[in-house]
Amino acid sequence: MFNYTFRWNQALKSLPQMLEGALVTMEIAILSMVIGIAIAIVLTLFRLSPLRPLRAVAAVWVEIARNTPALFQIYMVHFGLGSFGIHLTPYLSLLIGIAYNNAGYLTENFRGALTAIPETQTRAARSLGMTSLQAFRHVVMPQMLRIAFLPMTNQMVWAILMTSLGAVVAMNSDLYGVANDLNARTFRTFEIFAIAAVIFYLITKTITISARLLAARLFRY
Amino acid sequence: MIEIENVRKSFGSLEVLKGVSLTVPKGEVLTVIGGSGSGKSTLLTCINGLEPIDSGRILVDGVEVHAKGTDLNRLRRKIGIVFQQWNAFPHLTVLENVMLAQRKVLGRSRAEAEAEAVRQLKHVGLGDKLSVYPSRLSGGQQQRMAIARALAMSPDYMLFDEVTSALDPQLVGEVLDTLRMLAAEGMTMICVTHEMKFAREVSDRVAFFHQGVIAEIAPPEELFGAPRTPELQKFLAATV
Repeated sequence: MFNYTFRWNQALKSLPQMLEGALVTMEIAILSMVIGIAIAIVLTLFRLSPLRPLRAVAAVWVEIARNTPALFQIYMVHFGLGSFGIHLTPYLSLLIGIAYNNAGYLTENFRGALTAIPETQTRAARSLGMTSLQAFRHVVMPQMLRIAFLPMTNQMVWAILMTSLGAVVAMNSDLYGVANDLNARTFRTFEIFAIAAVIFYLITKTITISARLLAARLFRY
Repeated sequence: MIEIENVRKSFGSLEVLKGVSLTVPKGEVLTVIGGSGSGKSTLLTCINGLEPIDSGRILVDGVEVHAKGTDLNRLRRKIGIVFQQWNAFPHLTVLENVMLAQRKVLGRSRAEAEAEAVRQLKHVGLGDKLSVYPSRLSGGQQQRMAIARALAMSPDYMLFDEVTSALDPQLVGEVLDTLRMLAAEGMTMICVTHEMKFAREVSDRVAFFHQGVIAEIAPPEELFGAPRTPELQKFLAATV
């Protein structure tokens, strides 16, 4: 039935290379999350702003990020900007593309979290003399991040998996890129992608479990 | 001194304040009584500029609250307000709740803010709850914490908006005791309340709100002893 001999030994020899790729994948995911969260906080402020143009920027960002394929978003950063003469490395294109996507989804998560925080919290902060920005920064935002913490870990997992989309911009140093190169050289397709898949799984599992532990420590109230 | 001159305020088509005038000198304890929806609470939120007004003016130490150039954040430092819903910041411990605005608004150092927070929390009887999160406190304790939080800003005036209305009956006493203590210390206070006994005890004057105006204002003996208007007579008959 099958005419395929498994050669795990040969594939496993490339494990160190794949682990190096995994490090790059994690690096991109973490950076894209840090950037994504920072932008999402700014976009959330834009959304709450009385200024229409700022609200429009946030709305357009979120709409595009959530309603077009992440693959297109990365492709556009690399080749779309490329047609305007802005040439980014595959690494940067992938990072920016994922960060863009993260920011859009996280802004939407934050919107949901905000509805759970009573308006009276801001009122209390303002009545103590805080500016609206101080009230957001010190009273609303910490509660918002807590409520949005689990959706944020989901997005982190998603960011890890999205790194494989680097394939469209010829990214070859991340886990998927490394696996793809190894496959082209050895044709041990099943073994190599199976190993890569296990590594992906272990990374994302570690993230969800440690996030849960972190949440328990971080949010004692 | 707080001077309120002919203030009018509507929410949509509903006029809540229909020309309220009132002067509260320093050191006075004024309580405001009246039926629900008579505009009492709205008046308090107008005094610290949380609500805009439609006409008239409010002066706090000579500064017009709703004038264009007024720095409201600055003005609010001298007016503490405590609401019916105590609004503890749930992500901060009791101590941090009381320290936050001191640090961010008054620019006090951590040590200064902490010392003041501890002092105020002891003052309201929460000296043993410093590192606890608000969710572990009873309603009365949370309300006392909110009072300490406002007091830590060293305000010149304190506004209390039905601070016992959301509390279980057995917790009302501890909060009223805190208010009595402040009154005795000479704090200038405006208390909107439904606690008639309390109003009678602590007030220098009591104002009776009815349908958006102050229908009657007098020292408590007079106001409760010999109510002049039929509205107040009816209100008192219903509440006692």
